[in-house]
Amino acid sequence: MKKEMRFTLNGEEVKVEVDPTWTLLYVLRDVLELTGTKFGCGYGECGACTVIMDGQAVNSCLLPALEAEGRSVSTIEGLAGADGQLHPLQKAFVEHGAVQCGFCTPGMIMSAKALLDETQHPSEDEIKESIAGNLCRCTGYVKIIEAVKAASGGR
Amino acid sequence: MAQYSFVGKPIPKKDAPEKVSGAAAYIQDMKVPGMLHGKILYSAHPHAKIKSIDTSKAERLLGVKAVLTGSTIPPFKFGVYKDNPPLKAGKVCSLRDEIAAVAAVNPEIAEEALGLITVEYEELPALFDPIEAMKEGAPLIHEEHKTNVLKMPWKLIVGDLDAAKKEAAHVVEDTFRTQWVTHCCLGASGCIASFDTNNNLTVYSNTQIPYLAQKDFIGALGAFGLKNKRVRILQSTIGGGFGSKLDTYAYEYIAILLALKARKPVKIVFGREEEFFATSPRQCTITKISHGCDKEGKLLFRDMEMILDNGAYTSWGATTPSVMMLPISSLYKVPNVRYIAKCVYTNNTYSQAMRGYGNPQATFAIESSLEQLAEAAGIDPYEFRRINANEPGEITPQRFKITTCGVRECMEAVKTRLGWTGKRKQKEGRGFGMASLIHVGGGARVYNSDGCGTIIKIDDFGKVDVFTGSSEIGQGSDTVIAQIVAEVLGVPMDDINIINNDTDVCPWDVGVHASRTTFVAGNAALGAARKLRDQILDLAAAQLNEDPSALDIKNGTIFSTRDKEKNIALGKILRSAHYSPGGRVLVAEYFYDPPNENFDKEFKGNLSVTYAYGAHGVEVEVDKETGQVKIIKYVAAHDVGKAVNPMLLEGQIYGGGVMGLGYALSEKLVLKDGKLMNPNFLDYKMLTAKDIPPIEAVIIETDEKDGPFGAKGIGEPGLVPTAPAIANAIYDAVGVRIKDLPITPEKVLAALKDKEGR
Repeated sequence: MKKEMRFTLNGEEVKVEVDPTWTLLYVLRDVLELTGTKFGCGYGECGACTVIMDGQAVNSCLLPALEAEGRSVSTIEGLAGADGQLHPLQKAFVEHGAVQCGFCTPGMIMSAKALLDETQHPSEDEIKESIAGNLCRCTGYVKIIEAVKAASGGR
Repeated sequence: MAQYSFVGKPIPKKDAPEKVSGAAAYIQDMKVPGMLHGKILYSAHPHAKIKSIDTSKAERLLGVKAVLTGSTIPPFKFGVYKDNPPLKAGKVCSLRDEIAAVAAVNPEIAEEALGLITVEYEELPALFDPIEAMKEGAPLIHEEHKTNVLKMPWKLIVGDLDAAKKEAAHVVEDTFRTQWVTHCCLGASGCIASFDTNNNLTVYSNTQIPYLAQKDFIGALGAFGLKNKRVRILQSTIGGGFGSKLDTYAYEYIAILLALKARKPVKIVFGREEEFFATSPRQCTITKISHGCDKEGKLLFRDMEMILDNGAYTSWGATTPSVMMLPISSLYKVPNVRYIAKCVYTNNTYSQAMRGYGNPQATFAIESSLEQLAEAAGIDPYEFRRINANEPGEITPQRFKITTCGVRECMEAVKTRLGWTGKRKQKEGRGFGMASLIHVGGGARVYNSDGCGTIIKIDDFGKVDVFTGSSEIGQGSDTVIAQIVAEVLGVPMDDINIINNDTDVCPWDVGVHASRTTFVAGNAALGAARKLRDQILDLAAAQLNEDPSALDIKNGTIFSTRDKEKNIALGKILRSAHYSPGGRVLVAEYFYDPPNENFDKEFKGNLSVTYAYGAHGVEVEVDKETGQVKIIKYVAAHDVGKAVNPMLLEGQIYGGGVMGLGYALSEKLVLKDGKLMNPNFLDYKMLTAKDIPPIEAVIIETDEKDGPFGAKGIGEPGLVPTAPAIANAIYDAVGVRIKDLPITPEKVLAALKDKEGR
C-alpha cells in the first residue's frame, strides 16, 4: 500500500506516493529522477548515495523513504546556486583535481558538506573521518582531502 | 624550454563540473523509451551437468517479456579463446556461469521470474587449484580442449641461462604468490541493447574498448542470424574501468539476445554483489624465481616460472604473461632470461587484466628477489639497483629500444625524500624499502593496429569539436586532448568540445589499455590539430599578405610574429572562407598508429615506442606484537616524459599508489570451492580515506621525443612497484620477508614467530 509523504527536497516541498518498502534512494532516483545521487552498493558501504537529512549525512540506500517524512533532504542537485553557479565545495573539487570517474563524487561532496556545515575549519583527521564511509577507487583520496581543505579555507 | 599556454598546466578536468553537479549520466542513470530490465540466473554449482531447466513458470509471470536459456539461443562463443557461451547449455564450469536470463517490465519482476526457474544439476568433481588442475588425470573443465592447460605457450628465452647460472657468484631462489583482486569500479557494469526496425543494434555501454566491442557484437549478430548489420556503441559516463571493461561479457550478449527476442530495448545493470562475483578479476599467480649476479653485483640471469589461475573461461587475464615479460626481461639490465608461464583452467571465476596487466604480479617477485640477491651479494639494495639500472639508448634482451629513461632520477628522488641514508638496517621495527618499475609508455602493439583516429572541425565562430576514438574512463583524456588541441590552435580551453563516446561519429581507436591514451590519442589529436592549423594559417596568410610561417594564433587571434599590426580574429577568417563563392568549412583528420612492433614468435620486438619508468619508496613501522604494518611515508616517483597536466597526472599516481597499497596490504577475493566469500565492500578491504598514509608524488620529466609535447604513459605504473616496496621495507624493519600477498598482520606475525623459532 502506497502512502503519501511530504518532505523538503533541496529547499522545496515535495509530495510523493511511497511504497513502505522503498528506500529514500529509490524515491530520489527512480521516482523523482534525481540521478545525481548514486546507487553504488545498496547496503551502506560505499557512500555513493550520501545525502544530507536535517544536517546529517546519511546513506539514502539504507534509509526507508518514509523516514524522510517532514524532514529536510539535500542532494547534490540542490548545491549549485539558482544561476547554476557551483557551490564552493563543488568548485574546489573541480579545481583541485578531486574528480576522476566521478561516480563517488556526489556522495563524497555531500559528506564533506555535512562536515563543513558543522565545522568551519576542520582538521585533516576530521575531513578523513567525514568521508571515511565514501569509497573512491580512482583518486586515492589525496586530492579529495585537498579540495575539502581548500573549500574550508583551512589550507 | 618552450613556453606553453595550456600544456604543462594544472587545468581542471573538463567533465568535472558535470560530475560535481550530479548531471553526468552513467549507465545506471540511463533510460530508453520502452526499455525492459534484464536479470541473469547464475549456476548453483561450480562444476555440474545441467540435466534440465524449466522456465515455464517464469514465462507465465505477468510482466515477463522474454526468457532465454543456453539451449534456446543460437550456438555462439565469445572471448579471447572463444570458449565462453553467453548462456551455458549442457554443463556449468563455475558459480558465475550464466544459465538463464529474463527480461521484464521492471527489475523486481525480472528478479522474481529468476526465482521461478528450476534447474536440475548433476554435480561433477571440481578443481579450484591450478596445480591440482594440471595433474595427470584431473577432471577436464572443457572436455573438447583435452587439457586444463591453455594452449598459449608463454615462453621467453634470452641468452644462455645454464652458462650464466654456472658463472654466477651469488644465486637466490624463491617462490612468490599473489592473490585474486578485483577492480572495484564504483559504477558497476551495465548496458542497454536496442535494435531499430532494420535490426541495426545500438549498445549503450561503459566499455573501455568501444571499437573492439563493436566488432565483437557484429560477429555475434552474424551468429544470431543477422548478417551485415550496423552496430553503434554509445558510451555513458564511465564509473571506473581499470581494465575491467577491456572485454565484452556474457551480460552484454544476453542483453542483445533478450532485446532481439522481446523486440524492446533491454537494460542489464549489475548490483554490487554481482559486480564482485560475476566480473573478471586479476588472477592469482604462483611464481618461482631464481636470480643471479657476479661478484660486483651485476645481474647475470633471471629465471622465472609462473602458474596463473585462468578460471573457467578465458579473457585477457590469460594474456597477461605477455606484459609480464616486460619487467621480467627488461627491469634492470639482465642479459640472460628465461620465463615460462602456464594459464590453467579451474572452476573458479575467470580472470581479466587489471591496471598493470600482469606487471604488478611479476614485479612483486622480481623486486623481492632482487633484494634477496643484493643481500646475498653483500651489497646495499639501493646500490645494487643503481649498478643494474636501465639507461637511455639501451636495447634490452627482448629488443625493447629504451629511449628516455629516468629510473635513476626516480630512485634518487625516492631515497632523498625518504631520507633513508644511514637509517636502514636498524631492524628495530622501522624500515625502508623500495622497488622500481618499467612499463609501456608509448602505446603497446598487442593488436595489428595500436592506432587512434581524431577528427577536428572548427565552426564559424572559432569553436572547436574534437572527435576522438579514445574513451574517457575518469583518467582525464578529455582534458589532456583538449589541452593539446588548444595549444596548437591557439584557442581557449572552453572553446574546445571533446566528443569521445560514439562509434558512429568518432574514428577508430583500439581502446583504453596499456597506459596508451595520452601518448597515442594525444599524438592523434596533435596531428589533426596541426593539419587544421596549417589550413587556418594558409587562409590567414592570404588575407594578411604574410608568410604562413610568420603567423601564430593565440587566444583566438591570428597575428604576424614580425608585425603585430597584421592580425585578424580567427572567427573572421573562418567565416570568410565559409561564405566565399565555392566556400569551405575547415575539418582535419589524423590517424596515429605508433611505430612500435608486435612481438615475433619468440616474444621479442619493440612493443612500445617508449617505456615508462618509476621507483616507489616507503618507510614502515611494524608492530612486532600485532604484526600490524604502518606506512609512515610513501614516495612515488615517475618518469612521465612530460606532464601535460601535472594535476591530473598526480591523480593517476595517487590513485594507482593507493590501489597498489590495497593490493599489498588488504585486498583479496576469498574464493572457497569456487564461491566468492566476500562479495561486498565490508569484507573486501579497499582502502578508505582514513587508511591512506602520507603519499608524495614526484614527477620526473625526460622529454620523450616521440610523445605529444614529450609525454609518455602513466595510467598503470602507479601501482606496479607498491607491493614489493612494502615487502622490502618490512624486511628492513623486522627481518622477515613476506612472499605471499596481501601482507596481512597474521602473515607478518607468523613470519616473526617462525623467525624467533629458528
